[in-house]
Amino acid sequence: MKSSVITFPGSNCDRDMDVALKKFGFNNKMVWHDDNELPKSDLVVLPGGFSYGDYLRCGSMASKSKIMQSVINFAKSGGLVMGICNGFQILVETGLVPGVLLRNKYLEFICKNVFVKLDNKENAYFKNLNKDILEFHIAHNEGNYFCTKDQLKEIKDNNQIAIYYCNSEGKIEDQYNPNGSIKNIAGIFNKEKNVLGMMPHPERMIDQSLSGEDGSIFFKNLINNIK
Amino acid sequence: MKVSAIITLKKDVLDPQGKVIHQALDGMGFENISEVRQGKYFEIDVNENDPSKAKAVVEDMCKKLLANLVIENFKIIETQ
Repeated sequence: MKSSVITFPGSNCDRDMDVALKKFGFNNKMVWHDDNELPKSDLVVLPGGFSYGDYLRCGSMASKSKIMQSVINFAKSGGLVMGICNGFQILVETGLVPGVLLRNKYLEFICKNVFVKLDNKENAYFKNLNKDILEFHIAHNEGNYFCTKDQLKEIKDNNQIAIYYCNSEGKIEDQYNPNGSIKNIAGIFNKEKNVLGMMPHPERMIDQSLSGEDGSIFFKNLINNIK
Repeated sequence: MKVSAIITLKKDVLDPQGKVIHQALDGMGFENISEVRQGKYFEIDVNENDPSKAKAVVEDMCKKLLANLVIENFKIIETQ
């Protein structure tokens, strides 16, 4: 299975993602933001980081970079595109997924482990996962998901909410919402469910001795779903 | 000619930075404030002499990059 990770100026989770994808069997290529063409891929990942120094709005400059036109075309033709953290911010700026990510509610950079609950397994990312609650890591300043009332209704009606912040038992409550996101939303899909944007980092949870294994579970399942 | 664009957050979008600035101003003795909202200001020198054309170009920029219309409004002002 072939994957591509896009590196923007200021990306800093691109190599972590490369390590994670290779560990679980992907033949991964790193792709520079200034390239025109995507290599043949089964999965494209927009990694975390601080592309373009978060100038203007997080992800806004990266969303206009050269390679993104190919990524948008790939997504529109049904290809799997996953944006993690800054990658999620880039996805919302392209309009591939609805909404926007605002500054965290209490104006602090949040760096900690969180639990997330899967809402929808009818998609290539979570299908066949034998867990509903996963422990991932978050590290962001702008992860406060916001959308208009009309958009919220639409994403609910279309089952586009991918994951919610919750506690270890899967309770989705305000006290487990780290950043003020509407309805505890941590990740969302596009209408067709081939594009996934989420703030948590599964690539930071691929080693039991360093962190945890829930990322391993996620990536193993993902490659099996794509095969 | 120079055209300015002011980007502001829409009314129903939370502006935590504005809130903190409000609190700080309050603490400094500026008590007669009901709300502070923070925004962005751009000054763009467009190679165009026709004001309406120059404004139209900046409007297009606002829609495509400078503002995110999910959360922000923009206002265009001809400055020179």
